[in-house]
Amino acid sequence: MTFGKLATGLAAALALAALPAQAASVKIGFVTTLTTPAGVIGKDMQDAFNLALEDIGGRMGGLDVEVIYEDDGFKPEIGKQKTDKLVQKDNVDFVAGYIWSNVLLASQKSVLDAGKFLISANAGPSQLAGKQCHENFFATSWQNDQTPMAMGEVLNQRGVKSLYVIAPNYAAGKNMVAGVERSFRGEIVGKDLTKWPGQLDFSAELAKARASKADGVFIFYPGKAGGAFMKQYQQAGLNGQIPLYSVFTVDSLSLPLFQEGKLEGVMGSFMTQFWAPDLDVPQNRKFVEGFRKKYGRYPSFYAAQSYDAMFLIKSAVDAVNGDLTDADGMRAAMEKADFPSVRGPFKFGNNHFPIQNFYLREVVADADGNWTTATRGVVYRDHQDPYAKDCKM
Amino acid sequence: MTWTLLLEQFLNGFQLGVVLFLMAAGLTLVFGIMDMVNLAHGSLYMIGALLCATFTDWTGSFILGVLLALPAVLAVGIAVEVVALRTLYRRDHLDQVLATFGLILFFNELCRIIWGPEGMAIPLPGWLDGSIEILPGMPYPTYRLLVIAVGLAVAAALYWLVVRTRTGMLIRAGASNRTMVGALGVNIGLLFTLIFGLGAALAGLAGMMAAPIVQANIGMGESILIPAFVVIVVGGIGSIRGAFIAALLVGLIDTMGRSFLDLLLGTVMSVTAAETAAPALSAMAIYILMAVVLFFRPQGLFPPQGRR
Amino acid sequence: MGLNRRTIVTVLVLLGLALLPLLLGGAPFYIGVVARAMILAIAAISLNLILGYGNMFSFGHAVYIGIGAYAVGICAYYDIFDGFIQWPIGLAVSAAVALVFGAIALRTKGVYFIMITMALAQMMYFLGLSLDEYGADDGLVIYTRSEFAGLIDLEDHITLYYVCFGFLLLIVLGMARLVNSRFGLVIRATRFNEARMRALGFPVDRYKLTAFVIAGTVCGLAGLLLGNFTNFVNPDMMHWTRSGELIFMVVLGGMGSVFGPVFGAIAFLLLEEFLSDWTEHWQIVFGPFLILVVLFARGGIDGLLGRRNPSDD
Repeated sequence: MTFGKLATGLAAALALAALPAQAASVKIGFVTTLTTPAGVIGKDMQDAFNLALEDIGGRMGGLDVEVIYEDDGFKPEIGKQKTDKLVQKDNVDFVAGYIWSNVLLASQKSVLDAGKFLISANAGPSQLAGKQCHENFFATSWQNDQTPMAMGEVLNQRGVKSLYVIAPNYAAGKNMVAGVERSFRGEIVGKDLTKWPGQLDFSAELAKARASKADGVFIFYPGKAGGAFMKQYQQAGLNGQIPLYSVFTVDSLSLPLFQEGKLEGVMGSFMTQFWAPDLDVPQNRKFVEGFRKKYGRYPSFYAAQSYDAMFLIKSAVDAVNGDLTDADGMRAAMEKADFPSVRGPFKFGNNHFPIQNFYLREVVADADGNWTTATRGVVYRDHQDPYAKDCKM
Repeated sequence: MTWTLLLEQFLNGFQLGVVLFLMAAGLTLVFGIMDMVNLAHGSLYMIGALLCATFTDWTGSFILGVLLALPAVLAVGIAVEVVALRTLYRRDHLDQVLATFGLILFFNELCRIIWGPEGMAIPLPGWLDGSIEILPGMPYPTYRLLVIAVGLAVAAALYWLVVRTRTGMLIRAGASNRTMVGALGVNIGLLFTLIFGLGAALAGLAGMMAAPIVQANIGMGESILIPAFVVIVVGGIGSIRGAFIAALLVGLIDTMGRSFLDLLLGTVMSVTAAETAAPALSAMAIYILMAVVLFFRPQGLFPPQGRR
Repeated sequence: MGLNRRTIVTVLVLLGLALLPLLLGGAPFYIGVVARAMILAIAAISLNLILGYGNMFSFGHAVYIGIGAYAVGICAYYDIFDGFIQWPIGLAVSAAVALVFGAIALRTKGVYFIMITMALAQMMYFLGLSLDEYGADDGLVIYTRSEFAGLIDLEDHITLYYVCFGFLLLIVLGMARLVNSRFGLVIRATRFNEARMRALGFPVDRYKLTAFVIAGTVCGLAGLLLGNFTNFVNPDMMHWTRSGELIFMVVLGGMGSVFGPVFGAIAFLLLEEFLSDWTEHWQIVFGPFLILVVLFARGGIDGLLGRRNPSDD
């Protein structure tokens, strides 16, 4: 009987769980999306985290490092369950990862209530940057509003007077729109929020954008929706008619697909980002070269943030010489941001989000003909997110 | 708002409608004749798209890709019918929903293992990849025009098949009274397999038509499955004519909602409130349509004649 | 009701659930897994009333879980933590929504009923997605669980476990009484021959609607518990696939059996837990498993316990 077997399995698992926690290693839980089409992103993060583990020789603070990966299935509830498992059953010391704001928000309480450290390697919801900031929460990425704010600044510099905005109708999408509205000084002539994640056909929105005769179109479409959008932009003949400005849409994961799909229109389009594969920082050269050598492709920004997460954790464990009970010591060490980062030296703000530069990037072909992005200047220097002032820390 | 924009959005809605019709045609036949709820119809849409992407990759031509993928997805459909679904016809709807839900999980995972999680893009030949000016100052994507043409051609062919041929007569008879057709000595098993294969090919074709626009990816079937169900329920289960009209209705309502609802709501409430309410309402629009239609006509708009 | 195998197993399972926290010595993760299973079992039992006994194939039952959880979340958002306010609101809204949805859906039959319940549920899902004030797709984090004037402390995971267990027991016993009452017999009879029941002069539609509302309300209770248990709520809880999972729990456990859905919910969660631990591609196993259960194990787990004596259920 299936049920009988399951019961036996449960009993066996319980026996294992009952063993006392071993302190001879650092346990890191890593929650990301490994299934569903968004699994591409999770894979990139996992690859980078594994690479970082190799690069530190699998040890920190004199202890072995053990990483446990969990798949959130693109669903907040599953993410929360997996986080519970990491905290309650596997008894990890750090939980890192998290692509999606909603998964991070659902899961954070489990980690923080248990007194463990939580490190976001991507999601940067405004709640955690502002009122609900927490002493044990750190981000190696950015706050959602920052990147589109930098794009708004670029638009100002380039003399764009009117803008049409298209983004998915979910929290991060709305954060992105709010971000660009914050810094863009021209007029927003139209705005569409599309169904997420289901809607991939943007015919109606593109027709409206064309009719608006705006100077530019701003979009945010992470994952597969980005490819669909770019393609339809080209098919609608909008390339060359209205310049396209994007955030988190064109990255190392989508560029090979664009190249395969012959989306020439994406070449020369602009985006902003805190990091770039060609950023001339020693740690970044090591990371990008190592990643390309090991996996045969360019790392994405998701990968860069994950790579940094490992080094941030290492700086904490090194500082207390492997005494994982010294939470205050580890926190103090992390607050200094004293580790080699792929973005170069940076500081953490009071809310534990990075105060960092944002760069303008353009899509180009590299020497081998692979599509990638090249840095075209600094938009913001040492930029702090607008929610930090709400954080009482 | 200009008249050209209105016309363009009308075309967009029409184009969405014909893709929905390709999906719904097979679904409504299977539903109407075999009384079978098949949630896995969306998987055939996805498989069609992915196969087409692969064949396009091999042959370097989208047209060849479609021509090769069509028989392939027909074969997949027939295989699914013979292996899994045949035993389900006599079961109740509950069993059918659950078992085909299981098929969705299976196919999604299988395709992810075969094609990888990122899916595939389908490059279009140059002559299809741009837009043409259909009216002065109104360019429209060439490929979307082709989709409309293909959709209408298939609709016409189906109409001919159902109304003018012997197979069509059996199909119509089956939709009205299944038992009677069997009693008249028709090989019901073969007829069912044939209809299912046809439905699978149509769903696959819908996927192939959509793929160059939205890319072929895992899980793409689920986002169109529910609207397709809305179409057949609104149209009246088993009715091809109902499916056609309802598909265009759903396509137009969805597109027009996305296009003009914010302007419309902006006239009665503040612009910011309209910006928030419009996407929500337009996402719900087709479900509201369905609830309203079923409330007043519990059998849909065009239920087949003589159906219980 | 004699001392047959079914009774023995049922009592053993309940006893096991009652003693589990003691056996596990407080291991919070597994206590959590089982607490969650019990919450979903309550939802599955409520669905079983209309699905298994009343032959109303609702494909949107997860909506009421969402409503219950949102009642906790939205109240907490306005700093109302009092369970004596939150819970009645959650139950009342669930009942009201079930009344409206039931009244619309019961105008239709068969496949149309399935589709309209799903469409109405999808509407609520999209409504949740558009509630900007309440986090839209981010949902709400419930930082403080319901408070009951200091009588019960839900923040303690063992207490929460026993609250879930208590409600499960209550619902099981209540459902056993309900399906054997005059009302239950009418509902069950309509499943076999609705026309005859009408001919006998029973206001069948009113009976069915009542059952639909009871099911929705009980499921709302499960939602209240789930919101407290997971500490957050989001629209995803109302998605149609979640309704599909509830249906599977009922079928896996055994339709039209009072205790079946409890088996179903527990087995479903354990299966998911172990399969997803075992391989990333677990759905390729889970899908065919679902099909096999449907094809070959019609009675579900309850069916493995032997033929049911009609007076038992």
